Amino acid sequence: MRILEGKKLTKFFGGLAAVSEVDFGVDQGEIVGLIGPNGAGKTTLFNLISGAIIPDSGVLEFKGQKLTGLKAHLVCRAGVARTFQSVRIFPNMSVIGNVSLGGVFGTKTGMSSPAAVVAAEELLDFVGLAGASTTRAGDLTLAHQKRLEVARALATQPEVMLLDELIAGLNLTEAGEVMGLITRIRGRGITILMIEHVMKAIMSICNRIIVLHHGEKIAEGSPAEITSNETVIKIYLGK
Amino acid sequence: MNARMNRKSLYSWGSAVLLVLLLALLPIYGAPYTVILVTSIIMYAALTVSWVVFSGPTGNVSLAPAAFMGIGIYTAASLGKFLPLPLVILVAAAGSLCLALVVGALTLRLKGLYFSIFTFGLVLLLRQLVLWYEVRFTHTRGRFVVVIDNTTIFYVMLAIFVVLLITAHLLRQSKYGAALEAIGEDEEAAAHAGVNVTAMKTITFGVSALFMGATGAIMATKWTYIDPYIAFDPFFSFMPVLMAVFGGMATFVGPIIGAAVFGLLEELLLTQFPFYYMLMFGIILVVAITYLPNGLTGLVMKWRKGGRTESHANP
Repeated sequence: MRILEGKKLTKFFGGLAAVSEVDFGVDQGEIVGLIGPNGAGKTTLFNLISGAIIPDSGVLEFKGQKLTGLKAHLVCRAGVARTFQSVRIFPNMSVIGNVSLGGVFGTKTGMSSPAAVVAAEELLDFVGLAGASTTRAGDLTLAHQKRLEVARALATQPEVMLLDELIAGLNLTEAGEVMGLITRIRGRGITILMIEHVMKAIMSICNRIIVLHHGEKIAEGSPAEITSNETVIKIYLGK
Repeated sequence: MNARMNRKSLYSWGSAVLLVLLLALLPIYGAPYTVILVTSIIMYAALTVSWVVFSGPTGNVSLAPAAFMGIGIYTAASLGKFLPLPLVILVAAAGSLCLALVVGALTLRLKGLYFSIFTFGLVLLLRQLVLWYEVRFTHTRGRFVVVIDNTTIFYVMLAIFVVLLITAHLLRQSKYGAALEAIGEDEEAAAHAGVNVTAMKTITFGVSALFMGATGAIMATKWTYIDPYIAFDPFFSFMPVLMAVFGGMATFVGPIIGAAVFGLLEELLLTQFPFYYMLMFGIILVVAITYLPNGLTGLVMKWRKGGRTESHANP
């Protein structure tokens, strides 16, 4: 079943088309990778989906309902959560405070604070931050801050998660752990659309890959198809 | 830990109730001069705490207090003759709330400095607007306000302040307090975690304005004569900021201490050194901002924690 779909999405920044007539679809339960060189429009596409910015034209649909034009908090409550390229947690709040906020405000019906705290404890355990509840979020290491951001997004009980370069900036061990985490998130029945530069990660866990270049979709297919796609090779290797 | 928290909150509630009781009895045992002085300190404390309700957690420095206070003052001046005092105060509060909601919805998207400048512009705009109206239609500049005795003013001001403190405390403890804090930390991230940032900010801005309007309405009766320059005095926009910075914003005790210190200081300087008043005020502020980044209460907490500082990200 198609859970998230974009039709002819276009966004201009001044005269530059950051995203140009992009069609994409994500099926329920998939892990879809979004790749492309810097400035290809990947994060802009995430911003469009999550309601941070409004497309100039095109339509976004989530489970057949129009998502276009909804504000960020409504997109979140509808069931599409995101993380950010550079971690954006609430540094002066406690770890548990960061996560429970998502439960209280980001879920469909809203949770009571005590219920959100219970749910948050479970999620902290799930992402591997058990025991850090009362730590100030800003005191966590980068790797742990990224996990915290994932936990906060999970707390909003999403059906689709947009992960923006979750692995970038992590060392090998940490990266491996995060890849495991992504698979476990899918195991919870959550569909994943992820931007990543680390090819190994993308190739090993994605069912399907979408390639953006200069705001346009230039390729789409299984990891095997993408690695043998000539246009993709030309752009990535400059042949 | 929970028991410790409870005991701590019991202490602070206990001392708050005691303080209010002491204040409530002041007109009985205190000199009339003391009552007037304490009224003006409570006014500053009310302005500062209501300013902190919005600007503290969100980090958006509003310079609009004088605008909302002015609305309250003009409400008292124009309706005081026709309506009973409680109603005048309610109308003033409602008027400030409405204005704040409109202004908030329009401008809270503005970031940082732009928001501050706009809110300050609002003070000047309202002042000119009222001035124009008075000159054009009533052919006067100022107005007389119905006189009320100092004890009544004191009690009303105290009542407004107590309601404000309870509101501010409940707001901060509630889930909305956490949302406001998150907005102050990272607005965009808060929105993507499901917080309706615009609504949260607008409504909180409105609540803070409501109390400023009520404060203005009761204080106007103390001043007896007002004109647009008195009612929309930018001084009332800056004082809450200064007092909050001076006292520290981590708790509501800080703003109250800041207001008390500055209120007394103002009285002292105005009576003893009228010509150096502003100069000394300025020096004290510069010193406070340079050496007490977390305010007086921040300093006290630092001592109690044994030197462990916690500087705030919002400058």
